[in-house]
Amino acid sequence: MNTDWMMGLIGGGLIGTAGAIFLLVNGRIMGASGILGGLVHRSGMTSAAEKLSLIAGLIIVPALMTLAFGVKPTFLTDNLILVVIAGLFVGIGTRVANGCTSGHGVCGISRLSLRGIVATVFYIGAGGLTVVLFKHVLGLI
Amino acid sequence: MRNFYAFIVGGLFGAGLLISGMTNTLKVQGWLDIFGEWDPTLAFVMGGAIIPMAIAWRFVTGRKPVLGGEFDMPTDTAVDRRIVVGSVMFGIGWGLVGLCPGPAIASITFGGIGGLTFMVAMILGMYIAPKFRTALE
Repeated sequence: MNTDWMMGLIGGGLIGTAGAIFLLVNGRIMGASGILGGLVHRSGMTSAAEKLSLIAGLIIVPALMTLAFGVKPTFLTDNLILVVIAGLFVGIGTRVANGCTSGHGVCGISRLSLRGIVATVFYIGAGGLTVVLFKHVLGLI
Repeated sequence: MRNFYAFIVGGLFGAGLLISGMTNTLKVQGWLDIFGEWDPTLAFVMGGAIIPMAIAWRFVTGRKPVLGGEFDMPTDTAVDRRIVVGSVMFGIGWGLVGLCPGPAIASITFGGIGGLTFMVAMILGMYIAPKFRTALE
C-alpha cells in the first residue's frame, strides 16, 4: 500500500511525542526494555507505579483501538520454539545493552548519543543478517 | 500526577506503534530484509519519532522536569563490549520473529499464544540478563 510510509510517519510522530512528554514532564526516558526490565529486576522499584502506569497505557490503548477498528494481525510465526529463542535473545540483549529500539533508537539517536547510535547500528545489522540467513539461506522463517 | 502522565505516554506510544504498523512482524522483518521485498516503513517511523524527541532534548539543559525532580539521564556513557554484544543478541531475536519490547507489550491482548509466549521468554531473558552482563565486564 502506498499510504504505509505516511502511517509510519504519523505513528512515529505519536511515539516521539510520547517520548518527549515523558522526558519533559516526568523527567524520564521512554525505553520499553528499561521500563519492563526495571520491574523485572526490582532495581526500578522506586518508580514502579509510574512504570506500571506506562505499561498499562501501552497495553490498554492498542487493545481499545483493536476493539473499535478491528484487530491488526501481528503475523507472528507459529513456530513457538523460534518465538521462545527470539524472546530470550531480545530479553537478554536489551538488558545487557541497556536499551532497545525505543531507548537507544528513538531516545538515544535524537540526542546524538554515541551509545545509542552504536547500539542501533549493531541491532539493525544483526537483525538484517539474521533475516538474510534464516530466510534466504536456511529457509526457516 | 506522574502516573497519570505515564499512562498517557504509554497510550500514545501504543497508538503510534499500532498506527505505524510496527506491531506487524512482517513489516519489521520486511524492513530488515534488504535482499527481499524491502519495506521502508520502519525508517519513516524512526524518523517521525526522532523529530519530536530531538526538539524535546533542546529543552532539557538548565531546566527541571515539569513534575519536579531531576532528569533521569543515562549515567553509563561508555561504548563497551556490553553495548555491542547485547545489541547483536537483541538484533538476532528481533530479526528472527520481528518483535521488539515495545510492540510485544502493545500487542499482548491480540497477539495470540505466540505473543504471550514471546513475552514470557523475554521477561525470563531480562531476569537472567545480569549474569550475562557480569560475564562481559
